[in-house]
Amino acid sequence: MINAVGRDIPEKVLQDTGMQVFQGAYARHNQTYKKAAPTVRGIVDPKESKMVDSIAEVLKKCGIKDGMTISFHHHFREGDYVVNMVMEEIHKMGIKDITICASSLGKAHNPIVPMIEDGTIVGIQSSGVRGKIGEAISTGKLKGYAIMRSHGGRVRAIEEGDVHIDIAFIGAPTCDCYGNMRAVGGKSDCGVLSYAVADAMYADKVVAITDTLVPYPNLPASISQVYVDYVVKVDEIGNPAKIATGAAKPTTDVRKIMMAEYCTQFVINTPYFKDGFTYQTGVGGASIASTISLGKIMKERGIKMGLGLGGIAGPMCKLLEEGLIEKLVDTQDFDLTAIESVAKNPNHYEITASEYANPMNKGAYVNQLDFVILASLEVDVNFNCNVVVDSNGMITGAQGGHPDTAAGAKCTIVIAPLLQGRTPAICTNVTTVTTPGETVDVVITDYGIAINPRRQDLIEAMKDVKLPFKTIEELRDIAYSIVGEPDPVEFGDRVVGIIEGRDGTIMDVVREIKPYEFD
Amino acid sequence: MEVKGTAMAGTLESSDAQVTVEPGTGIELSIESSVINQYGKKIRATVLETLERLEVKDAKVTVVDKGALDCTLKARVEGAVFRASGYSEDVICAGKKLPWGGAIQ
Repeated sequence: MINAVGRDIPEKVLQDTGMQVFQGAYARHNQTYKKAAPTVRGIVDPKESKMVDSIAEVLKKCGIKDGMTISFHHHFREGDYVVNMVMEEIHKMGIKDITICASSLGKAHNPIVPMIEDGTIVGIQSSGVRGKIGEAISTGKLKGYAIMRSHGGRVRAIEEGDVHIDIAFIGAPTCDCYGNMRAVGGKSDCGVLSYAVADAMYADKVVAITDTLVPYPNLPASISQVYVDYVVKVDEIGNPAKIATGAAKPTTDVRKIMMAEYCTQFVINTPYFKDGFTYQTGVGGASIASTISLGKIMKERGIKMGLGLGGIAGPMCKLLEEGLIEKLVDTQDFDLTAIESVAKNPNHYEITASEYANPMNKGAYVNQLDFVILASLEVDVNFNCNVVVDSNGMITGAQGGHPDTAAGAKCTIVIAPLLQGRTPAICTNVTTVTTPGETVDVVITDYGIAINPRRQDLIEAMKDVKLPFKTIEELRDIAYSIVGEPDPVEFGDRVVGIIEGRDGTIMDVVREIKPYEFD
Repeated sequence: MEVKGTAMAGTLESSDAQVTVEPGTGIELSIESSVINQYGKKIRATVLETLERLEVKDAKVTVVDKGALDCTLKARVEGAVFRASGYSEDVICAGKKLPWGGAIQ
């Protein structure tokens, strides 16, 4: 069945999953539903200790068995030890048919690939996957479908009961003996635990895993003791050097600096750029350069940002310290500056992933965004974006908050260099749709800027602005004139992955990769 | 042009291609590319056209492409073929002048 972004979703996938096809970014507005709920074991007797000696023992206490769904968060990013630690024990116990529901998975988790091959793991639900897990899924080694969800979409799936988590394993930089978890004060600090809150509230069993046990009570807690069944202390939950790096040096790439300058000029010429505006940006070179150049103009004109949202990195914290941002609202920290800031600055707040981006709660923070600055692997002439599958058809990225913020913001700007090597970023059809074009307003490349024709108001606002405006088709044609028109990637028939829209419908499917053959 | 020895041109840097030319019978072409799914056919066509233009009839040609544009691919094939045919970087080598603007485009 063809969905609202023109993708043909196979009947078999609809039958297997019971899911609907994507019908538009706001199609579920006003719909009601009953929230799912966990099965809770009451801890009435004050003499019961929550402390458990090892992962193996806590798995037994939680009643681990074949076919269960277990969950993890990705605040430790590429420094995470928790997923591998837990999966290794499950593997040793000979448990099969596990579904992993993680907020994201990365290269740090390459060691679980043999467990996909031997049937220990049969399902993966994640924002995305990189490295060898992506290769394993794209080459058809996972038994079930891999489901890719946005950060907001994951919380929605948990709260609506699309996925039920049997056991949540929550890595906590600090924890007390009764399960109060914080993301600061330990040796593997990650700043916030936003993505893990839904897991704590909706999983039947919740296990805190920490390497820094602190005196009771560990407050203010990101995750409260009332949700936690057990606490396990291990030697190390992560590699601090890979959890958070030092502040990235501002880019010296002239191409990125030029795109950043285009972006800033665009932003300040929209009607939304006024005192108290709200803004989210990423951590790519061009995004960071545009944050810096925007900061200068805010200072000159005496305009303050009311809210800075999202994954936070150093440059946004610096604007907060300079008084150019009133409040930073945070779901993930990308560097040490951000971790320090959320721990110390009273105007830097931690929120949950549901507050951040869940489309089916009563209004997430993304709905209040004026601007979001995003990147994309590919953008097509319908403004659809692909951030999960590379141009060779391999799963290699993550949805993250891309579709959530794009749907929420009044002005969604995607920055993409026209060419990455020979690969054109602007193309006729993206390999896979992750973010629908109806939610993407502007595409900025090094060869020009295209405004979505749906946004006649923005086209009007820019009519006297001296920026290199082009149509999206013109940008594509420039790209193709340099590198040639790409052949469409040939896939096998089998569907290996589902790109789930943030509202739980099917945006697109990912098929098995096919070895390239010259005919 | 006759391929007399083994020679190489290009690097494995992004947006370049490394081309190796060895003596062979007929054209034996092998291509590896980071963009093979989208540009495999174009890469093959460009390499074969360049070999034809240089009148190479017998050679084993190995291309390891890292997303090079067509102009880069042509230059690397030309470089490898001329080196394999006894030319060096010098304009005049063994009494022969490199055909800039002729066979070398």
